[in-house]
Parts: sequence; structure tokens; C-alpha cells
Amino acid sequence: MAILTRADGTPDWRRRTPRADLLVWAGWFGAVALTVACFQFISDRTIWAFVWDAPAQGADLVGRMFPPRWSYASQLWKPLLDTINMATIGTALAIVIGVPLAFLAAHNTTPSRLLVRPAVLFIIVASRSINSLIWALILVIILGPGILAGIMAIALRSVGFIAKLLYEAIEEIDATQVEAVTATGASRPQVLGWAIVPQVMPAFAGISVFRWDINIREATVLGLVGAGGIGMQMQASINVLAWPQVTTIFILILATVLVSEWLSARVRHAVI
Amino acid sequence: MSATGLPAATGGAFDPAAAARGWRPPPLIATPWLRYAVYLGALAYALLAFSSIEVNWTRAAEGVERAGRFLGGFFPPDFITKGDDILAGLLESLTMTVVSTGIGIILSIPVALGASRNLAPLPVYLACRGLIAISRTFQEIIIAIVFVAMVGFGPLAGTLTLAFATIGFMAKLIAEDIEDIQASQAEAVRATGASWFQLLAWGVLPQVRPRLIGLSAYRLDINFRESAVLGLVGAGGIGDTLNTSFDRYEFDTAAAVLIVIIVIVLACEYASGFIRRKVQ
Repeated sequence: MAILTRADGTPDWRRRTPRADLLVWAGWFGAVALTVACFQFISDRTIWAFVWDAPAQGADLVGRMFPPRWSYASQLWKPLLDTINMATIGTALAIVIGVPLAFLAAHNTTPSRLLVRPAVLFIIVASRSINSLIWALILVIILGPGILAGIMAIALRSVGFIAKLLYEAIEEIDATQVEAVTATGASRPQVLGWAIVPQVMPAFAGISVFRWDINIREATVLGLVGAGGIGMQMQASINVLAWPQVTTIFILILATVLVSEWLSARVRHAVI
Repeated sequence: MSATGLPAATGGAFDPAAAARGWRPPPLIATPWLRYAVYLGALAYALLAFSSIEVNWTRAAEGVERAGRFLGGFFPPDFITKGDDILAGLLESLTMTVVSTGIGIILSIPVALGASRNLAPLPVYLACRGLIAISRTFQEIIIAIVFVAMVGFGPLAGTLTLAFATIGFMAKLIAEDIEDIQASQAEAVRATGASWFQLLAWGVLPQVRPRLIGLSAYRLDINFRESAVLGLVGAGGIGDTLNTSFDRYEFDTAAAVLIVIIVIVLACEYASGFIRRKVQ
């Protein structure tokens, strides 16, 4: 409560009205109370003896994880390549499906605001709200374990992401250019090709590379549910408690993600 | 035809129609050799990648029929039989979301201050950036595996995981915002003789507050979505319920859980979008 007072104690300046002060205070109180209540709930379901043990467990874990077993890396190149392929092909597939969806969803390019747009928006939300791991879980049951399920899981999750960001970009384009091309007597496909697509091209490139970068990270864990890639090796190593191998995998993942992040940052700098 | 799209001035009148037909929009990658290198590289990669996939097509073909049965098992979604489990999982997910977002935001603020080059000395800056890099590199699931190994199964492991991931996400974006603040305002506050904390409160915080609130709302939304999968490795939440129902082939319950997740994510998304529009 910021209040400046004169020498005789009468208030001179205050930041908020008393009512606003009270509201802010009530807001904070509510937020803190909710968090504490929620923590109580979690705490009831926690075996605290295990938690007090955690520093010892953590030290033990680290002790078992180091040094990493470098010889294991020779078995990891193929899964690592699979992981990168999964992310890349999955992203490509998502672009192929997501781009038309984006044009159907944007309110300035959709063929029907009443029918098509809500349906496409629902597809986008459904795709986005289900994590790629859950998609993988479902697809492994349908397609069997392996890289194909991983590719499809990545693609299904990314469709919503790409379509959402792209349709927002399409809705934000400069309308005057569209008007100018329309004024030349261009047909609808021509307007699309000459006025709208060139405007969203940089956004599209940025979104695709950004999603690819995210997908590399996600592809590293899809193997946990059997969808191929380096996650399968991780799961196998954890199951036999071979922590030095897990460390090797972690380091490889870290390196791959750093490289992909650097690459995607470079590309986004170049196009934006 | 010259690069500008105009016909060469070797004679004859300027023909606007021909010029218009001859014009092509500039390509996305301006340098020709780079453009073709990218195209060729992409093609070569696609061929290599597709040839390296080992797909068991007979298994996939079986899968089509299996998919029919499987999706048939989804309908109608069964909210009732395992209603208690769904409710318990949901409650666990929601509490994990709230606590982890709260703890994550509180911890991310000092890290963000440390990771801003205009506020922090170099050693602190490097340490904070390193922490952010680690937190952002590893998927939540991987971090959850480590936390489950440390504190045991249950929602606490999930909460710690999400809090840790929140630190990386929030601190990185807030630090970028702090580095972009108007230096003149901070300087004006400093010129009044303000201490470092007063500088933060009156020079920095007012400038980053809208983004701080917007990002917090966004992260709440992400944390709920992530809490739905952490159960796969035993870190509590509705993912546990989902995983159990898949393991028991109770696909109608799984469908119900998925619908609950979609509905809540939608609600979260609308709420966080509303908050972000309000403050920005």
C-alpha cells in the first residue's frame, strides 16, 4: 500500500483507492489460500518419508549415473537418427495437413464461417489438447510399436499447433493488399496466391521450423510408450536400472536439442 | 527479360501485358544456389529418411481393422463406472497445476532477474542462463522420471517437475522482456537514489507486469496439459487414470478421460486468452 503522507499525517498521494487496495489484497489472499489448499491435497497423497530421503536418493542416483557409459553410444546412433526422422517427417506431414486447415479456419479465407470454421477449429483444439505422448499411446495400439506410430503421433499433435498459429497469421494480414489484387479482377484462388500467401510466407516458415524444434524434443520421449526413437533405449535402460547408459542418452538428447534449437533460431532470424 | 521484369529495351513499345506475365514474385530464399541447395538437400533427406523407416505394413494393415474395433470401444464414453477414479485424477491434476504454477512463478522471478544482462553481473547471468537451458532442454517426462526416482510415486513428483519446467519457460521469456525495457525509466528511478529493490519495484516491474501476468496465465494452461501425461511415468494426475484405463483395455473410460482433458484445456485456453487480452 503505497501512501505518501504530509508532515501532519494527512495523506498526500496514494497509489490506489482504498477499494482497489482491498481488491488487490483479496486477490492475493485468494490465490495464496488456493495454492496452500492445493498443496495440502498433494501433501496428503505424498509419503513424506520418501521425500525426506530424497537428497540421499538423489545423491545415490547421481553416483550411479556417473560416469556415463560412453561405449553404449555406439548403439544409439540409429535410434537417434530415427528420432530426428520422426520429428522431421512428422512435421512435414503436419504441414501438409495443417496448412489447408489454417486457410479453412481463418475468418477471411474460410469458405463458410458458419459450418466449416467451427468444425476446423474443433479439429485444431482436439489435436492441440492431446499431448503427443497420448497420441502415441493410442497409435501404438492401432499401428503397433515402431517409428510409424511416432511419426503419426508427432503429426497429429503438430497439425493443431501449425494450423492455429498460421490461421492467426492469416487473420492478421494487411487487407489493403488483398483489396488491391481483388481490384485487378483476380479470382479467389488468384487473390489467395498473390495477396495472402506471400504475406504469411515468413510466418509459415518460422512456425514450421519452431514446431520442428519442439518436435525433436518430443520425439526423444515417444519411445517411452513404444513409438520408436531413442526413448525406447531410454526406457529399456531405466527398466534394467542401467543409469550410466541413461546418462549417455541424456547427454546425446541435450546435444541434439541444442543443435536443433540453434538451427531453428538461425532460420527464424533469416526469415523474419 | 531483365531482373526487374521489364522487357529489354532493344526496340518496340513497352508491353504491359507481357511484362505482367513475365513478372514472378521474389522467392523466399533470395540466393539462387542456396535455394537449390536447400531444395536438393530436402529431397535427398526425404528419400533417405523414408527408406530408413522400417514399417511393418502387414501389422499396419491389421491395425486398420484393429482401429475400427478400438475406436468402437471408445463409444460411448463411460464417465460413470470409473467416475471416482476420473474425479480423483482430475482433482490431482488441477491441484498439481495450481501449486506448480505458483511455485514455478515465484522461483522464476529471481532466475529471470539473474538472467537479464542489464541487471545481473556476468557470473550470475551465466549461471541463470545455464539453469534455464537445462530446464528447457529436457521434456517434462524425462525430468519426471528423475523426480519419481527421487521422491517416489505420486503427485509431488509431478508438481516438482512442472515447477522446474515453469522456471525455465517463465525465466527465459521474462528475462528477454526485462532486457527490452526502456532504460530511461529505470535510470530516472535510479537517479532519485532508489535502492536496487526499489529500482525493481518502480522501474522494472511496471514495465514487465503485463507480460508477467500474460505468461503466467499461459503457463497455467500448459501445466494442466502437461499434468495430463506425467501420470504415464507415475507422477500422478489424470494421466495415471488414463494410463490405467488403457492398460485394462477400458477404452470407454479412456475416451471419457480424453474428453474431460479436451474440455478443461479448452476452458483453460479461453480463460488464459481472456486474461491476456485484459492485461495487454
